[in-house]
Amino acid sequence: MKILTGNDLRSGAVVWWDGSGWSLHVEQAADVGSDGDVIAAREVAARTVVSPYVIDGEATSAGVRPAHIKERIRALGPTVRLDLSLKPADPAAGDWVI
Amino acid sequence: MAEVQFRFRDDEPVADPAVTVDSFAAQSNAAAVRLEPGDDAALLIPHLERLRLVEVAFPVWTDGRGYSSARTLREAGYTGELRAVGDVLIDQLGQMRRCGFDSFAPEHELDADDAAASFARWDNVYQATGDGRKPIWALRHPA
Amino acid sequence: MYKYDSYDQQMVDTRVAEFRDQTRRRLEGHLTEDQFRPLRLMNGLYLQLHAYMLRVAVPYGTLSSAQMRMLGDIADKYDRGYGHFTTRQNIQYNWIKLEDAPDILADLASVEMHAIQTSGNCIRNISSDQYAGAAADELVDPRPYAELLRQWSSFHPEFLALPRKFKIAVIASETDRAAMLLHDIGIRIVRNDAGEIGAAFYVGGGMGRTPMIAPLIRDFVPLDQLITYAEACLRVYNRHGRRDNKYKARIKILVHELGKAEYTRQVEAEFAHLLSQDIEPPLAELARIKAQFADPAYETGLADEIDLANPAFARWVASNTHAHKAPGYAIAVVSLKPVGGIPGDASADQIRLMADLARDYSFDELRVTHAQNIVYAHVRKADLFALWQKLDAAGLATANLDQIGDIIACPGLDYCSLANARSIPVAQKISERFAANGKAEDIGELKLKISGCINACGHHHAGHIGILGVDRKGTENYQLLLGGSEGADCSLGTITGPGFGEDGIVDAVEKATDVYLARRESGERFLDTYRRIGMQPFKEAIYAKESVDG
Repeated sequence: MKILTGNDLRSGAVVWWDGSGWSLHVEQAADVGSDGDVIAAREVAARTVVSPYVIDGEATSAGVRPAHIKERIRALGPTVRLDLSLKPADPAAGDWVI
Repeated sequence: MAEVQFRFRDDEPVADPAVTVDSFAAQSNAAAVRLEPGDDAALLIPHLERLRLVEVAFPVWTDGRGYSSARTLREAGYTGELRAVGDVLIDQLGQMRRCGFDSFAPEHELDADDAAASFARWDNVYQATGDGRKPIWALRHPA
Repeated sequence: MYKYDSYDQQMVDTRVAEFRDQTRRRLEGHLTEDQFRPLRLMNGLYLQLHAYMLRVAVPYGTLSSAQMRMLGDIADKYDRGYGHFTTRQNIQYNWIKLEDAPDILADLASVEMHAIQTSGNCIRNISSDQYAGAAADELVDPRPYAELLRQWSSFHPEFLALPRKFKIAVIASETDRAAMLLHDIGIRIVRNDAGEIGAAFYVGGGMGRTPMIAPLIRDFVPLDQLITYAEACLRVYNRHGRRDNKYKARIKILVHELGKAEYTRQVEAEFAHLLSQDIEPPLAELARIKAQFADPAYETGLADEIDLANPAFARWVASNTHAHKAPGYAIAVVSLKPVGGIPGDASADQIRLMADLARDYSFDELRVTHAQNIVYAHVRKADLFALWQKLDAAGLATANLDQIGDIIACPGLDYCSLANARSIPVAQKISERFAANGKAEDIGELKLKISGCINACGHHHAGHIGILGVDRKGTENYQLLLGGSEGADCSLGTITGPGFGEDGIVDAVEKATDVYLARRESGERFLDTYRRIGMQPFKEAIYAKESVDG
């Protein structure tokens, strides 16, 4: 599947297109099919997001998983500071990235 | 041809079309020339007396060769109109002025208030660039 | 250190107002991201892997305790409680919001700090020797020259749209503690045969994809022509540096492609012309700046001996202090590389503590080193024990300066969208391995540097041991290099062979150090043994097939 990620323009937070808006959680990323660039352009013009780009993802039982380690780190947070990640209470959160 | 939106000169604007650097030397009555980023401004130095307008093209403002071209011409004694043309944006107006540009023809019209603010932004400057402004080091150590 | 006068203060205040206006226009849609990006970069604001990242300038690595305290407060107020000290003597915050950035710049301006030109295709922070003003081997303090160049380069209207970034380093000793030869311009202040002081210019060094050592372009520029010569070097680059290919746009490529002789000829011609243009500040300006770098009021008659009864303290003195030019004083280095820690990171509380300790023990001044540590340049030997105790209580007294545990690492794929691999976990594992095997002190000086991608922000080409992270079909992989050096004996590391996974690279590093320990001759550092025996013995050990039994 193709998913769309970017950063919130104002806050810089990593966001994922969930089909109708931008979510902080990659699990909610929607399959944008071939519409990624169109959605990206529209959202950039609306000044919600900055530097969006389309990546490959796979649907798993735990939700969407980006195909490349870089976006998995983007989704979770720095693997060396899991206390700052989106899942600070989960000591195994880093395992999902590797 | 883009309109000149800002001009800091009292004389009449030159109506001649600006010719390329290559054809300028061959046309002895040409008074207006256009410099592309890769052109050598020094080629114009022997002809400064007949030059009344030099347009410096900025296809994209991040190609800063035009800043050096402008200074080279002013340092050689050129006193005619020096016009920045093309990707001329609000935030580069002040620095263009400092490099010696005295007229500006942005390809997209600029907000006049934002432009005025940009030109007037800096009360003082750190460097001497031949624009007549005294740099801070000169103010610190009046001769 | 330098203190702003009203002109300097007005410049940073104006810059804050300008950036506040630019940010407003971006958020209101008057500027596209393509138009805004270069503007925010020139205020140190990157869009990074997790958020906006702000790189604050620490000019030539020197800051006051008040400034350091503000850096700690910014970490708490606007970020997530910590900062990262970089390989160019700056500090970075990783979790910044664009809408806060103008306020952060305003807070910085209130303590004479800024983020001006810490990114973008312009002249960046000018770096210098972290022992400036304290080391016995310097000719003069290099920092006044760095300050003169800082002001010259700030908002220089001709050089705000260069082909690429531009990094300058200034030193004033034969020992190069600032990796001067690996900069776009490296300047060494020297004395000529007539006893005059001037500047030697090295132009065209750099790391990244195509590392190069800067050749000497001019061996002596008189001090009253320093700015004019720098301007000539920059103008030739601005005019002729490549703009067709981002990976060939640094001045090192121009100098390499023109050849040193032709580049020098063009600079000398431009220099001769610029001498007639009155762009040089008067020597009175350099004198004005120098007066602010006068020696602190050293006490005299101080004890020169240090009581080394405490073994942990003794180890720290042996590794982390350096001789000072004034009797009774020492230079003390705070390691930001605790065992298993993140190299260069410090919490807001640690930053504020370091600020307080500077106020109490080092004439109110700190330095950031390009090895991502902090220096107290002027500590009374009698105060070292008290200083060490307070550092130790805060986890800042790791006794590993220039040892294998003193790792230089870029943020890598954990933080940086340019990276191909994570660098910090590798640093952590190596640090833990050598803490466990107890070999670090015996190995002695070993500068290990890790980059997470070819941009080489971790300076891996200049590591005695260098590690480069690469992406091998979606998996992180690490190349090992040996024999780099950043000093006056500058050399670029050589790759050993095929790369390794995260665990394999740690084993490979240990095998390399074992070869050194087995083969070294008296007095040799790792680098010296490598240079003597060559790559082959290391390669054999690193790639030897394991025996069946283990």
